[in-house]
Amino acid sequence: MPKGEIVLGCLAPHPPHVVYAENPDQNEPVSEGGWETLRWGYNRLARKLKTIDYDALVIFTPHWQTYIGTHFLGLPEFKSKSVDPVFPNIFRYNYDIKVDVELSEIMREKASEHGIITKMMRNQDFRVDYGTITSCHMLNPDWDKPIVTISSNRNAHYYSAEVMNEQAAALGRACAEAIEESGKKVVLISSHSLSHRHFVTESPLPEDMSREHIYNHSQYVWDMKLVDLMREGKMRELIDILPEFTEQTIAETEAGGLTWMMSAMGFPQYSAEIYGYQSVIGTGNLVAAWDPNAVTREIVL
Amino acid sequence: MEDADILFGIYCPPHPQPLLSPEASDGYAKLRQAYDTCRERIENSDADLIIVYSTTWPSIIGHQIQAHPEPEWVHVDDDFHYLGSMPYKFKMDVDFAECLRDSAKERGLHSRTIAYEGFPIDTGSVVALKLLNPDNRIPACIVSSNMYANRAETIVLGKSIRDALAKQGKKAIAVVVSSLSNRMFTEHIDPTEDRIHSPKDDEWNRKILEFFADGRLEDLSQLSREIHGQIRVQKVVAYKPAWWMAATMGQHNNYQGEVLAYEALHGSGGAVVTLTPSSGSFGDKEFDEDDVEYYHGDRDVLDKGML
Repeated sequence: MPKGEIVLGCLAPHPPHVVYAENPDQNEPVSEGGWETLRWGYNRLARKLKTIDYDALVIFTPHWQTYIGTHFLGLPEFKSKSVDPVFPNIFRYNYDIKVDVELSEIMREKASEHGIITKMMRNQDFRVDYGTITSCHMLNPDWDKPIVTISSNRNAHYYSAEVMNEQAAALGRACAEAIEESGKKVVLISSHSLSHRHFVTESPLPEDMSREHIYNHSQYVWDMKLVDLMREGKMRELIDILPEFTEQTIAETEAGGLTWMMSAMGFPQYSAEIYGYQSVIGTGNLVAAWDPNAVTREIVL
Repeated sequence: MEDADILFGIYCPPHPQPLLSPEASDGYAKLRQAYDTCRERIENSDADLIIVYSTTWPSIIGHQIQAHPEPEWVHVDDDFHYLGSMPYKFKMDVDFAECLRDSAKERGLHSRTIAYEGFPIDTGSVVALKLLNPDNRIPACIVSSNMYANRAETIVLGKSIRDALAKQGKKAIAVVVSSLSNRMFTEHIDPTEDRIHSPKDDEWNRKILEFFADGRLEDLSQLSREIHGQIRVQKVVAYKPAWWMAATMGQHNNYQGEVLAYEALHGSGGAVVTLTPSSGSFGDKEFDEDDVEYYHGDRDVLDKGML
C-alpha cells in the first residue's frame, strides 16, 4: 500500500454567518447575503478542492471543547440538527455527516502512542459542533467526502498558550504519521478565526454590511502580521509568535488548530494561498490554504 | 429597585455524574442525595418559578433567556459523552422570560429571548433541572452567562430579575449552576479515586463553603475577583455566580446557609448549597466598588485618552 499523504491544509473560519449568507437548503434561516469577501474566497477554495484527489477531510474544531484529553468522532454517521448556541437566529442546520472511522481510530491510536490522552466518541446522540459543520459546508457543500473531527483540548485554559502549542504540535506529528500509515489522501482543516473579540450586540439585520468592521485596529494589525508571515512562507516563525498573538487578540488560535495543522504539514516554508480576509461581528477571519504540490500551488490574492 | 420574592437559592455543580452515574462513587452519590433534598424542598415550597443561571451556557450577544415553552432534545456532554445521553423536556415560563428581557433592556442590558426547536440547552442547566424539577411541576427560566460580562453587567442582570419577579408578583427559587474550583484532572480517572485537584483548591473551596454556611452571600460576592484569581481556570473574564446570586437574591448577608454536600467531580469542587433569606447572619466586609443600577456599556476610555 502506498503511503498516505496530506494533499492540502486549509485555514477555514467558522462564523455561522457565512453559511447563513449562502442560504443552503440545510439551514433554516434565510438571509439577503453578506460577508461576500469571505464567502467568495471560500467558494474559490472549494472549487480548487474539487480538482484535488482526496479521501477524507480531517478537521480540528474549537467548538468541541474537551478538558480531558483529545477526542475523535468514532461512529460512521451523524444525522441531526445543529443550532448555534450563540447565534441561533442565523444557524439551524440539518446535517447528515459521514465519518471515516478507520482513519479516526488510527489517529487516536497514534496520538495515544505519542503520550496524548485520547478518547473515541461513540455516543450516537452526540451533536456535531457548528464549527465542523460550517467549515466543512463552506469547503465541500456537496458533503461527498467523509470527515474526521478532532476535539480541541483546552491546554491554553489549563496551562498556557505555550503548552497548547507544544501539545498541538505533538498531536499534529501523530496525525501525520497516522495519515501516512493509512495510505489515504487527506485534506486538513483548521477551523477558526484569527483575532476573536466579538461585538456583544447585533444589528437588527445581521447581514447589514454597513455595520461590519474589525473590533479594533490592534486586532487588524496583528491579523495582518500573520497574513504577511503566511505569504512569506514563514510558518515556523508564525507558530513561534502564536502565544503572544493569541494573548493579544484573544485569538481562536488558542484552541491549537493552526499549530496542529502546521506541525502535521512540517511547518511549510512555501507561501500560503490567501483567499480572503473579512471581519465577522468584529472578529478577524482569513481563508487560506497550504498546497504541498508546487505545480498546483497558486498566488490567489 | 422593586422588591422581589426569592424563597431560597441553590448553588450546585454542572457536571453530569450526579445525574448519569451517581453509583460510580460515594462522592457522586452524596451529591445526588443533596440534589434530591433540594428537589424535595422545591416540591414543598410554593414557588411559581425556578430561575437558573448556568455558567455552562456562555453567550456573546448580550444576555440570552430561554423562552421556548417546551424545549426538548437529547443532550450529550462534550467530555463525558461515554456516561450516556440526557434526554430532556422542560417547561419554561415564557411570560417571565419576556418580562425579564424587557426588564434587562430597561436597565441598559442587551438581552434577547431564545425560542428555537433544537436549541442546545447546556449540560449544567440540563443536570440541574432534571434533578431539581424532574416532573416540571414548576416552570423554569434559564439565563445565559455572557462571556465578556464583568461585575457591573452581572449585578444589573440580577437586579433585572428582581424587577421582573416584582412586576409579575411571582415567588422564585434562584439556582446557580457552577463549580467552586473548576480545574479537572486532564486524564481519565477511576471515579472511586476522585479528589479535589489540589490542596489549594480544596482549602479555597472550604473557605467559600464557610461563607455559604454563615449566610454571607454579599461577602462572597465581594470576594469574587479573588476567587477567580485563586481557583478558577481562566476561561472567562470573571467568577460571576456570586455576583449574580447576590444581586438576584438580595445584596446582604442575612441568609441561613446550609452546605448539603461537597465532593470532587473529576477534580473540580462540586457543592450543593442552599441559602434561605433570614435575619440571623452578618458579614465583615464592606463594599469598595460602586453598586450598579444601570448598565451603560463601554466607557470608551481609550478614545478619550487619545492625543
